Amino acid sequence: MADEAAGLFCAQGRATVETIFEKSRPGRRAGKVPAAGVPGRPLDELLPPVLRRAAPARLPEVAEVDIVRHFTELSTLNYGVDTGVYPLGSCTMKYNPKVNERIAALEAFRGLHPYQPDELAQGALELLWTLDRWLAEISGLSRATLQPAAGAHGELTGLLVIRAYHASLGRDPKRVIIPDTAHGTNPASVVTAGYEPVTVHSDARGGVDLEELRGLLDADVAALMLTNPNTLGVFDENIVEIARLVHDAGGLLYYDGANSNAVLGVSRPGDMGFDVVHFNTHKTFSTPHGGGGPGAGPIVVRDILEPFLPVPLVERRDDGSFFLRYERPQSIGRVRTFVGNFGVLLRAYAYIRALGPDGLRRVSDLAVLNANYVLEGVRDLFDLAYDRRCMHEFVVSATPLKEHGVRALDVAKRLLDYGLHPPTTYFPQIVDEALMIEPTETESKESLDHLIAAFRAIVDEARTDPDLLRQAPTRMPVRRLDEAEAARRPVLRQRFAEDEAGGAAGA
Amino acid sequence: MAGGDVEREGGQVRTDYVPHADGDVTAMLEAVGAATVEDLFSEVPATVRLGRPLDLPAGVTEVELLAELRALAARTTPASELVSFLGAGIYDHYVPAVVDAITGRSEFQTAYTPYQPERSQGVLQSIFEFQTAICELTGMEVANASLYDAGTALAEASFIAGAQTRRSKIVVSDGVHPEYREVLATESAAYGPRPVAVGLAPGARTDGEALRAAIDADTAAVVVQQPGFFGALEDVGEAARLAHEAGALLVVVADPVTLGLLATPGEQGADIVVGEAQSFGNPMSYGGPGLGFMAVSAKLMRRLPGRLVGETRDLDGRRGFVLTLQTREQHIRREKATSNICSNHALNALAALVHLAWLGKRGLPELAETCLRRAVYLRERLLTLPGVTSYTDGPVFREFAVRLPLPAKELVDALVPEGFMAGVPLGWVAGFMSGSDDALDDVLLLAVTEKRTKAEIDAFVDAVAEVVGRG
Repeated sequence: MADEAAGLFCAQGRATVETIFEKSRPGRRAGKVPAAGVPGRPLDELLPPVLRRAAPARLPEVAEVDIVRHFTELSTLNYGVDTGVYPLGSCTMKYNPKVNERIAALEAFRGLHPYQPDELAQGALELLWTLDRWLAEISGLSRATLQPAAGAHGELTGLLVIRAYHASLGRDPKRVIIPDTAHGTNPASVVTAGYEPVTVHSDARGGVDLEELRGLLDADVAALMLTNPNTLGVFDENIVEIARLVHDAGGLLYYDGANSNAVLGVSRPGDMGFDVVHFNTHKTFSTPHGGGGPGAGPIVVRDILEPFLPVPLVERRDDGSFFLRYERPQSIGRVRTFVGNFGVLLRAYAYIRALGPDGLRRVSDLAVLNANYVLEGVRDLFDLAYDRRCMHEFVVSATPLKEHGVRALDVAKRLLDYGLHPPTTYFPQIVDEALMIEPTETESKESLDHLIAAFRAIVDEARTDPDLLRQAPTRMPVRRLDEAEAARRPVLRQRFAEDEAGGAAGA
Repeated sequence: MAGGDVEREGGQVRTDYVPHADGDVTAMLEAVGAATVEDLFSEVPATVRLGRPLDLPAGVTEVELLAELRALAARTTPASELVSFLGAGIYDHYVPAVVDAITGRSEFQTAYTPYQPERSQGVLQSIFEFQTAICELTGMEVANASLYDAGTALAEASFIAGAQTRRSKIVVSDGVHPEYREVLATESAAYGPRPVAVGLAPGARTDGEALRAAIDADTAAVVVQQPGFFGALEDVGEAARLAHEAGALLVVVADPVTLGLLATPGEQGADIVVGEAQSFGNPMSYGGPGLGFMAVSAKLMRRLPGRLVGETRDLDGRRGFVLTLQTREQHIRREKATSNICSNHALNALAALVHLAWLGKRGLPELAETCLRRAVYLRERLLTLPGVTSYTDGPVFREFAVRLPLPAKELVDALVPEGFMAGVPLGWVAGFMSGSDDALDDVLLLAVTEKRTKAEIDAFVDAVAEVVGRG
């Protein structure tokens, strides 16, 4: 009883947190805005009432201390890389170095306006120009655009570049081939680029089925999109043959760089035969993911595709000064406002600069070692989708637990009770009950041993007390949430008491 | 040295952020049955191996890194350190200290997309609150968790309109930011409705006659920006009426700071509202990452791109939040998704939410009014100078364009040494204006935020007067 009474007062971590709107009280406020302080006229003369809103936006009325306590409490309900191991497959949740935050906070960078004259932004332009060259070297290709705001945006940009290239040759192919292991963004980007996605299946070793690929290739194929290593964590040994087949048919190869962390300084997409690459800086180059973004998805292309890259590109004059070039007649045009997610790109620059070639190579060495180490520690617990050496991540199937009435989802939820973040679940879709595990290089041996021990304990529980898994999590701020109900009757915003009578959908 | 047992001959690893202690790598290799790290890569064919170190500068320590980056920083002069009147989508508003205190919390900063809701209630609830704030600002019924920027958000709006109406063109006012229109044109190259331009009347408002003439039975949507790129206030209600009469949607590109006072797109009939909300809580950062947003009417809810957070209950009946309506999204629907969007700008949305809570219900209208009054004051003073004339007809809000008696770029360059960023010279915009041969190189766009004091404005006008007088 004493605990319950204390619980009423100490809501943290256990009960619903009121929203910032629910905490609002009339007349309470935090920030004050300076009065205009200029000679003027009544507001009605400056802005006629017909142009004005009927009522103010119902923003919360709270004090600054309320804001700080509210969001501090919310932060305690969250989990980040700084909290603990985050083995979310294909997301490369590596440690985000703090020095990069200090760099991004320099006023000379954060206070730059995109329309200030180039002469006053030389340091920033040099940084972007240099990052372009570094990404070209890392990918084994020719030239980058730093504009795309995320990996999926890079995919769309790359496909539009491919489309422009074919058009310049008087060709108009209609299809893009994608393996069944591809990230979901691939087919969605293909459609947005005006192409029809065609699936090529995986062979018994988890790579592209070469026979099927041969059958699909013809002059109507614009490109093949591939992740290598793919989402099974498997390096496709046939990549040279795949590239030859696609190029012989007149198509180009697009490299989804989401899994680049496995091959930095080991094998470059350009050397594998790829023509376009995107990097997810928030995966490979350690920029923080921010709970869903911002990221950056720069693409790098082979020299034949350079004329089609978006505008503007950063160029260097003979005198060593830098400028933004807009005059590029064959460009596909702009894909984002201004130069891109500069604040993210500069963190990626700092990461590459600090590590250098040997540091980057060590990243891949240890990312692959760490993944193989965890695989070895859990291989007897699950079915292995493909029993071979993995790269930076691997996929196991939780089907052996089905006989205990336990699914991959239950394993994931039980990991939460163990204080760990679960792996990616139910992806790739070709593996039944998939758990996709990517530890990254920034986990220590002890951290990996802890993760392995948790998996082993949970699988043991699945055999002896499966209900522990099915009921999990029980140590989180909330128990399992009714996602079906959320989708059936969507409540997508705060409802205010005065609106309740109306009851419009979503309002 | 950490991880010393994979040190390569001649290698210069100064920084690697890996935690492996002496002996760890050897022990782990043994556990996985490999003799060397190189063995782990045995499935990478020799023909595609790089076989040499990457040709990049050798790594550096943290202290060296910071010194280098500070040297690069020293070769930029950020607008924020001058008296700046730059705007055109990115604004020099004050970012309260409380914003950095919250967004710097690493539980928010270092989290991924909230795929495990039971351990992600912090970011999920903050997105739900952000969606509410955007709905309140725009007067719309549903908002998503954010998008990259206003340009890509406009392209997504066009795709929604095309899917909803099954029509083939989208009528876009030249009052929409030229860069947003460029992004729309690029991303519409092979998908969605085809953009058709409508010019502006003298004074920089959308030409009503041309707009009426451009809308037809093939029109999926009409797009206007409020305030327009040049700062003019559009008749959004009339645009809505024209669009709806033709069975088209109205898309409004909105500046959320002005919505502290301006009529909401929702109450004027908008079906989709998009825009850039960098002004709230986010530094200018050379234009990115900012904060794209999108809000729609309830009937378009299931066509929204990107993440959406909804309220639900847990097994014990406790309120909680989840990503919802995910059958719209690429990771479920693949090629049948409403959009390819995966990442959004969640941390930027959190910054905006904190700033909006700090301003509150009373502070936002005050902010809007201070910007408005100071902008009007600057405009009226500039228009008293010889040779300076109005380009944008009033009423204006916090941004307007004037025509100068000299090239605008010359004025900008002349005032930098005086400590002013005078505004955006608009010569580059000429190529984006349909049916006009105005070179615009003598037109300057100026924005005024709450950071610009009367004393700064007065000193600026004096400095402009001196340059204009010399001419």
